Amino acid sequence: MATDNANLPLLPFEKKLIHVQRQIAELEADQETSDRDFSATIQKLREEEVAILTETYDNLTAWETVQVARHPARPLGMDYVDRIVKNFFELHGDRRFADDLAMRCGLGQVGTEKVVLIVQHKGHDTKDKIACNFGCAHPEGYRKALRAMKLAEKFSLPVVALIDTQGAYPGIGSEERGVAEAIARNLLEMSRLKTPIVCIVIGEGGSGGALGIGVGDCVAMLQFAYYSVISPEGCASILWKTGEKAPEAAEALKLTSGHLKEFGVIDDIITEPLGGAHRRPADAATQVERYITRTVRQLKRQPIDKLLADRYQRWRKLGKVLHLDASPDQ
Amino acid sequence: MADIPDDMLNGGNVEGPYRPDAFEGPAMRGKKDIPDGLWMRCSGCENMLYRKQVAENMEVCPKCQHHFRVGGRQRVDQLADPESFAEMFTDIVPADPLAFEWLGQTYEQRITKEQEKTGNSEAVLTGTAYIKGRRIAMGIMDGDFLMGSMGSVLGERLTLLIEHATEGALPLVIVCMSGGARMHEGALSLMQMGKTSAALARLDDAGGLYISILADPTTGGTTASFAMLADIILAEPGALIGFAGQRVISNTIRAELPNGFQRAEFLLEHGFIDHIVPRPDLRSEIARVIDLCGR
Repeated sequence: MATDNANLPLLPFEKKLIHVQRQIAELEADQETSDRDFSATIQKLREEEVAILTETYDNLTAWETVQVARHPARPLGMDYVDRIVKNFFELHGDRRFADDLAMRCGLGQVGTEKVVLIVQHKGHDTKDKIACNFGCAHPEGYRKALRAMKLAEKFSLPVVALIDTQGAYPGIGSEERGVAEAIARNLLEMSRLKTPIVCIVIGEGGSGGALGIGVGDCVAMLQFAYYSVISPEGCASILWKTGEKAPEAAEALKLTSGHLKEFGVIDDIITEPLGGAHRRPADAATQVERYITRTVRQLKRQPIDKLLADRYQRWRKLGKVLHLDASPDQ
Repeated sequence: MADIPDDMLNGGNVEGPYRPDAFEGPAMRGKKDIPDGLWMRCSGCENMLYRKQVAENMEVCPKCQHHFRVGGRQRVDQLADPESFAEMFTDIVPADPLAFEWLGQTYEQRITKEQEKTGNSEAVLTGTAYIKGRRIAMGIMDGDFLMGSMGSVLGERLTLLIEHATEGALPLVIVCMSGGARMHEGALSLMQMGKTSAALARLDDAGGLYISILADPTTGGTTASFAMLADIILAEPGALIGFAGQRVISNTIRAELPNGFQRAEFLLEHGFIDHIVPRPDLRSEIARVIDLCGR
């Protein structure tokens, strides 16, 4: 297990790791200064660390999953671009109002596949975060994304969307410039875009702000990402009358990848490295890259008419209703 | 989402070209719907109003033109030619996919309560109707039913309606009134935005006409999908129309919101709707658009 993770901030439910990680660090330091060999002990402690991590991450609650999805060290949209996209050529601006850095778009290559990327990015340090508005896009972000998608359609390039946002930005300018219209337009246009679309929720799938780039042929989620109609805090403050009940709301909303695959909201779950993507970002990126290349290749093989018909059916059947003749229906 | 408090009935004074003679329909609410009390206070102008007079005026204040909210059935009566509404898709009713529970109540119980309260099985009525003799596919959202929130049933019924309009080359009219996506069905509610939008893309490809009417309030996922995707978008005076809730916005920007923010007049000014139409004029304006679009 990676010791370069020793400095990662631990989430409340990871505290069990403190003891073993500290021991490993001490022994390693001793080993370097004293010529003595602790490697057998260290090895055993590492195994213990793996066991604790496995135990913890196999049994995450919904709220703990949300915390992993929001982990400060979790790889963000542009981290994946840096790791897996060759020859990234960024596209700036929606040609109407501004360039929204919460939504990054560009041409590039994933593996051997030329694609158009639509990437929500939250930003790392304070300066970056402010520039990206913490990943909360304005209408111009959604309109830039649509411009990039139209370009993809024109040149028959598949679209790859990486989703990671708390939601579209709730502000005055956002409403003045019609964020609802911008998202709605993307939903409609994505449903009929004549090129394959692969969407991956890599962190937070925050409501309409996520769905605004989330209508595709295949929708996947990283294992510990979440995707929800409303934030657990928002849901808790409305139904439980206090934001402090977010853990209960998270559980009730069934916002984890396992549940959403059952509901048909997503098609695939991309497995994360042990202990979450933030512990081994390179491995997480490799998983994402493999998923993209494999899925894009599959989708490209389809004639465009069939692709669009399948996409319509995929979205058409979403939802769960009852028919009065009592037979449950998808 | 779905958190529009009742105190948002304060659209303020709305000046509009209200013409009592433009109204031809049988818009009165049934006697049983008239709440107790002969008098009411207008939340717009604070005047005391004779309740019967307000009802005869399509639930619009005769003094200040404030538009009171109307339920789904009443809206059908106001818009459609008498007895012309043929309801469809009533066999589709809500399930409880998440087995959602909070504070000791279940979603299932809540649905039953809303059904008893409104007499409707869900937050939308769909079917065909005539408006001044023109046949249309009509969807009416019912703000009385769990804030007109969008769950699987609403999405399914509207999608079926859109498909029906596409196949039958019928003009589609949807009256929107919604607090947004319904939390109790989780991401499945969210996905209804994608589903209805995909169906609207096909209607658009087929050359179908779609008119949406935004009533107070139209917010959240409803606005960010089918409400904003119409060829012609009309709104009622003073209607609250937006994506994010006002409380969420003012908490985020830590400031008071400007007067008239997210009201129909604000949207008209910013270029997001075609017209503000007083309720009594809706029938004639819809008929006019249908004729001008030549279907």
